[in-house]
Amino acid sequence: MTKSAEAIFMRLLRGVYTEPFAAAQDKLRECARNDVKNLVMKTKTILQNYLFVLPAVLIFSIFYIYPFYKVFTLSLCQWDGIARFDFAKNFIGLRNFIELFQDKIWWSAMLQAGYITLIALTFQNALALMLALACDRDIKGGNIYRVIFYLPPVLSEVVVGLVWKWIYDGNYGLLNYWLASIGLSNLVTDWLSNPNTALTCVTIIHCWKGFGWGFIIFLAGLQTIPRQLYEAAKVDGASSWQMFKSVTLPLMAPVFILVSILTVLGTMQVFVLILSMTGGGPGYHTEVPVTRILASMVRSSRFGYACSQGIMFGAVLLAVSFVQIRLSKYMKQA
Amino acid sequence: MEQRNSRFCLFFMLSLFIIFLSVFLVSCGPNAQNKEQVKSIKVWHWMSDRENAFLELAKRYEKETGVRVNFELYAPSDTYTQKVRAAAQTNTLPDIFGILGEKRDFASFVKSGYVYDLTEEINKDQGSWKNKLFAKALGVNEFEQGNSFEVKPGIYGISIDVTNIQMLYNKDLLQAVGVDNPPKTWRELVEVNKKLKAKGIQGLVSGWGETWMIDCFASNYAFNIMGKDKVLDTIRGKVSYADPEWVEVFDLFREMRDEGMLASGVVTMVNKTAEQLFANNRAAFAFNGSWCVNVYKGMNPDLNYGAMLPPKVSDRYPMTIWGGAGSSFMVNTKSKETQLAVDFLKWMTDTPQQVFLSKETQGLPSNKDSLRDIPMVLSQFASAMDNTTHPNVWGVSESPLVIETFDKGIQSIIIGEKTPEQLAREVQKVKEREMAKKTVN
Repeated sequence: MTKSAEAIFMRLLRGVYTEPFAAAQDKLRECARNDVKNLVMKTKTILQNYLFVLPAVLIFSIFYIYPFYKVFTLSLCQWDGIARFDFAKNFIGLRNFIELFQDKIWWSAMLQAGYITLIALTFQNALALMLALACDRDIKGGNIYRVIFYLPPVLSEVVVGLVWKWIYDGNYGLLNYWLASIGLSNLVTDWLSNPNTALTCVTIIHCWKGFGWGFIIFLAGLQTIPRQLYEAAKVDGASSWQMFKSVTLPLMAPVFILVSILTVLGTMQVFVLILSMTGGGPGYHTEVPVTRILASMVRSSRFGYACSQGIMFGAVLLAVSFVQIRLSKYMKQA
Repeated sequence: MEQRNSRFCLFFMLSLFIIFLSVFLVSCGPNAQNKEQVKSIKVWHWMSDRENAFLELAKRYEKETGVRVNFELYAPSDTYTQKVRAAAQTNTLPDIFGILGEKRDFASFVKSGYVYDLTEEINKDQGSWKNKLFAKALGVNEFEQGNSFEVKPGIYGISIDVTNIQMLYNKDLLQAVGVDNPPKTWRELVEVNKKLKAKGIQGLVSGWGETWMIDCFASNYAFNIMGKDKVLDTIRGKVSYADPEWVEVFDLFREMRDEGMLASGVVTMVNKTAEQLFANNRAAFAFNGSWCVNVYKGMNPDLNYGAMLPPKVSDRYPMTIWGGAGSSFMVNTKSKETQLAVDFLKWMTDTPQQVFLSKETQGLPSNKDSLRDIPMVLSQFASAMDNTTHPNVWGVSESPLVIETFDKGIQSIIIGEKTPEQLAREVQKVKEREMAKKTVN
């Protein structure tokens, strides 16, 4: 009932309605007609809105929700990926997850990915920020530097891996050749077969290949900071460090959060580089979660276990992202 | 005006939805190629390096029979493995396909009804087809009575070539250290390596970053040290991996490490790199399969080398090497052209086609009558076919986790992280855990 119809009705009830009763009846009918019309219009608008989002919902459901549902279902089953899938027959409950919690190799792969991520978060992003700060100034050939710094990320990861594998090679690698030629023969080693150096070597290449992303985002962030703020700070006699600390850092906080989340998500999922450089070896020294998932699925034909690894890995990444977001909100408030 | 805009938007969205739905339905519909009148079969395989030879054979087959054969070759092998599995789940397997994986994967394909039983076809006409082929080539695709996979006994695939994995030696490098004949025993190998090391020449190179090659090398010596029955009893769980003879097998890797017999970086090396090193005279020995003849020819046609069985450690049992079927083809049970597919496989394994394939790919043919005009090194590989075995013919298969622990553990011995005894205990622990799991299931 609309408000005008309600008012007429209330006045009729209280006996304060002064116009003839028939007129009141007409008004009420008109209100009712308006009500129906409004309802039809409202329904039509709602349906129209739903129609607008329907393609997106369909695509999202087919390519995201259904696969996730399927992965979750498979994680509760023991299935080799070949035989016909029968949920009732293959269902083993949470056994895959229990085994996963006890799988030392899986957790050491997680730690190794954590090590690469930590290095990427600190050194890779620090390098990206420094280069972005340098390119943000009006320097000669700034655009050339931007292109050069952005080159590694656009190169194929497999090609980068194979080229660096050749550089690191213990037999005819360039690195050993250079070390020997500058008199550092004592440092010559099998970089990728040595358990003490393999993971760090892969990490360095990952950072080299990835810093360009951070560089571009940092540069874009720096260019949004109004120049007047720096000029005002200069007038107040602020030093370069003070300007960086009091102007750049606070205004770049959202960019730091974005870059750090992208770095964590991207680095934890590193695997193409590892496959092309070490294959996860020597032993398990360069195994990361994705190579373990691949091993479970392809080499061991354990689709169910691989799916439980995928879910666990996703949950860990989600948790890390939440912590990062909470931390950044806290930092913003502080 | 507003209403007109809203109607336009509605019309636009509806059109978009209809287009989306149409594209979706059309893409899910039957393939237009199915309407073709020409009889054709589709073949999937991972041997992309043999594309030219296959295309030429397909052309010849179409000329002879009028049947078009469409070869679709996919690499790398991991991608191919997933493609075949996905196609099996969606009933879109081609008429003929290859299966990559272990025997248990093959068994799963057969048990799920994806692979046509070729036994009857093979035994037709007093086994005329069967008799043409090496028994070892058939064995890999066969499931015997009472097999542990519980597959109906029969032959489920045909191999178009045979392979075996041996050691190769570089004649020039051995002569450079005064060795005229390749070593026949492990002790001789160690001695030759000492001479090589003194001259700064690397010893053995192999793609042990691909762990299956370590597995292969280790099981060769396990067969030599303890014999087939004990190896199979270990897989069955009747003998412990901590047994002294298994420790002896692991100790060979320790000795190779301590004596500096292995090429630098062997634990993360892929076989392609190992092949490059051997082909470029950078290592005196290689551990590689018969396919290497073609690879080395491409890399260094002047390479002066020979093939030999891995030098034996013990005289108690013969040195047995991995070998048998090279690349196998299976016929899809659900294919509408099953007979055409079988006929094509018969034609592929016939002498003229096998001679052509052998010549083009420098591989060992699966047809016994085609062993003519093959290079010297290839004939050395062929002569060792009697010494071959393969996990796929053992009738029992080891758990993938045990295999992984075994292979990765050997890598750890080579890099000096584990002792043979430690590894033996570790593998046994995983074995026991896997057996307990089987009991629960």
